[in-house]
Amino acid sequence: MTRITRFRAGVLAAAVGAALSAAPAWAGTYDLTVDRVRIDTGAFTRTGIGYNGASPGPVLRFREGEDVTINVTNNLDQWTSVHWHGLILPYQQDGVPGVSFEGIAPGQTFTYRFPIVQAGTYWFHSHSGFQEADGAYGAIVIEPATREPFRYDRDYVVQLTDAHPHPGSRIMRNLKMMPDYYNRQQRTLFDFLGDAADEGLGAALSDRADWGGMRMMPTDVEDVQGFTPLMNGKGPEGNWTALFEPGERVRLRFINSSAMAYFDIRIPGLKMTVVQADGQNVQPVTVDELRIAVAETYDVIVRPTEDRAYSILAESVGRTAMARGTLAPREGMEAEVPALREPPRLTMADMGMAHGGMDHGSMGHGATAGDSHVMPDGTMMQGMDHGAAGDAAAGTHVMPNGSVMAGAAHAGMGSDSGTHTMPDGSVMEGMAHGGHRAAPADRFYAPGSGLTPVVADGGRFLSYADLKAQKPLYPERAPTREIELRLTGNMERYIWSFDGVKHEDAEPIRLQYGERVRFTFVNETMMTHPMHLHGMWSILDTGNGAWNPAKHVVSVPPGTTVAMEVEVDAPGRWVFHCHLAYHMEAGMMREVIVEGGPEGTAVDLGAGHGHGHARGAGG
Amino acid sequence: MRLHHVLAGAVAPALSLAGPAFAEPLIWGFQAEQLEYRLGEGSDILAWDADALIGTDELKVVWRSDGEYALDEDAFEKLENQLRLQTPITDFFDAVVGVRVSTPAGPDRVHGVVGLHGLAPQWFEIDADLFVSDEPFARVEAEYEALLTNRIILTPSVEFELPFTDDEPIGVGAWGPRLEVGARLSYDVIDRAVAPYVGVHYERSFGETADLARADGEDAGAVYFVAGVRVMF
Repeated sequence: MTRITRFRAGVLAAAVGAALSAAPAWAGTYDLTVDRVRIDTGAFTRTGIGYNGASPGPVLRFREGEDVTINVTNNLDQWTSVHWHGLILPYQQDGVPGVSFEGIAPGQTFTYRFPIVQAGTYWFHSHSGFQEADGAYGAIVIEPATREPFRYDRDYVVQLTDAHPHPGSRIMRNLKMMPDYYNRQQRTLFDFLGDAADEGLGAALSDRADWGGMRMMPTDVEDVQGFTPLMNGKGPEGNWTALFEPGERVRLRFINSSAMAYFDIRIPGLKMTVVQADGQNVQPVTVDELRIAVAETYDVIVRPTEDRAYSILAESVGRTAMARGTLAPREGMEAEVPALREPPRLTMADMGMAHGGMDHGSMGHGATAGDSHVMPDGTMMQGMDHGAAGDAAAGTHVMPNGSVMAGAAHAGMGSDSGTHTMPDGSVMEGMAHGGHRAAPADRFYAPGSGLTPVVADGGRFLSYADLKAQKPLYPERAPTREIELRLTGNMERYIWSFDGVKHEDAEPIRLQYGERVRFTFVNETMMTHPMHLHGMWSILDTGNGAWNPAKHVVSVPPGTTVAMEVEVDAPGRWVFHCHLAYHMEAGMMREVIVEGGPEGTAVDLGAGHGHGHARGAGG
Repeated sequence: MRLHHVLAGAVAPALSLAGPAFAEPLIWGFQAEQLEYRLGEGSDILAWDADALIGTDELKVVWRSDGEYALDEDAFEKLENQLRLQTPITDFFDAVVGVRVSTPAGPDRVHGVVGLHGLAPQWFEIDADLFVSDEPFARVEAEYEALLTNRIILTPSVEFELPFTDDEPIGVGAWGPRLEVGARLSYDVIDRAVAPYVGVHYERSFGETADLARADGEDAGAVYFVAGVRVMF
């Protein structure tokens, strides 16, 4: 115990100063069992894995400053583990088999002991095989030691997941056999005929040829479709309900515990004030919609004043499914549940093509190339170039490919003028020439990206650029080292990696205690990757300097470069990975070793990387 | 480095049983592109073309079986089994080495196999194999999946076989190619695991191979209507 205490003191000294170490010493003991459970989504039932007999598991409620003891008993016939996602703790307690510890054998009880040095919304999940995807997750709510800079009358956890009828191990195998196994939104012959009618046969053909030449699909937004989205374990029909009295402030703690699905969250009729991101207080920002990456958390406060029901909607970014719950003054109420929006389509910008100057000989500028507002892919590039040269906001609207963009343009404009009907070609012209001021597109997406968030009902969509720390965890200083990591993959083989090297073939990343390392992620794939570093905060460079927020997940959309900085203040062996379950398993992961540290805290890492495979007994 | 990978792949199946620390799960599966009843002018035929595979990203072992059983004659017109090792050489293509054993009703043949397997631009799935023995031949197969809807899929396919020497006992004349062309319309009933289909299958031989067939009193070409089911798990 002394060792942990000293360790903690070290962490705190570097992290938040001495203030918290004076907090009263609470101690709590918690018991978790890991069980086979029945999961009923309304759409299907299956056996899965849960905690204390249910999936999701219980909400663990801790207090900042508490020393927790958590007994985890494995009732499965396979190894398991529990990772405390986002918690700052000694590395032996981090729960990654093969890195933090051995894992928890069938029938065994493992006792986790660590101090709680932070507050906010987090979650826990298995880090073994596909157990998390199979249901092994739960929420963590940590009550702060001091008063929070916002107030609320009610407090609800809203935990999302993408429950799939197939077990994770089978999904992985199917993806390896046939990467588009679960993609039921592929472009068909009828889509082709439609595009040919709208854009001309030549344009439609050259568009198909562009994508076919790359052997990639513009529809590859969600690798794994066919899931039923759950809100606190309930499917859309189950209608999880949170009660309020009109006029009350309601805090909703959104947690995305999905294996693969990002969600766009909105509550039609209510503004959401974002007060925390990944458990850390941020300067409040009021939005109409937000996108939650896999493994992120956002705390929002809403204030429904009317005596009526409001739908809590979480639409998957691929628009294949929508989780739904209700905020209501009484049980049994429902509000309108709108239809899914049109699915997005990736553009050449998402293929990373936007960097290269864009004169693709192979991109087949066809007969329409002269008209930069009609948009088969080749010509869209022209549109983008113009945008970049001139007004940044305009650049983001003149682009993508066919119908999707028309949708995007529509909504984007809707926020300003509300009443535009726009068949593809003419819309674009209208926009480019008409000088409508649309909301600036999110610069955390590639200019021209098909994934750029578009608010459903008008108003504001949360961007990473909006996130500013309420009170920075660390003083700002220049990074002492930079590490560039390319996010790489081969969709056709379903291999995912960093710098082209899979985890099992890679050496650990070695950091020195006391460094401030700037990680730059260059996404060379066409998928969005939620990057998660264990053990230390990821200070996301949102361009807000000293107020850059500390997060535990940093989402990197295709065709973009995103940077984060890490104060290396936690000795030991950690991991860093894409939090998409099947990307991680396919190799998008690294062990991270922090060497050195204050006397007594440095860890013997001598034999460390000899067997550095972080995945466990799983499937 | 490559060799290291290949070796690592080869021993991986054994290691995966060793303990919880092993990383990537083994890839395995079964896929029958064709499993069908062929109805034509001559004897009706039961035919299949299926792969079973196991391995890793770096090395897969594939058992490929291709057969045609003539119901009237109660005999295998074709029965070919291959054991193939597959390893990636580019983003989209694997190199293949293996052995082919042909044991139809007539004389048996054994060939070494060297080939390529992968996905060509514009989504053509390609197998290009050289079969090596005293009677060598080459075979190229191409297949394309055209989505009419996301569940109704039209799959045209072409197979072209070119013998380099005479092999009269099995009815093959040097440089007399054999061509198979098919189109199958399938519907995904259960995920991609079960997809019944109907279609047409045309095969014919040319040159000396065709002459040998005619000398045997057979037609050089034949058209079949086919009904079958695509299976994958």
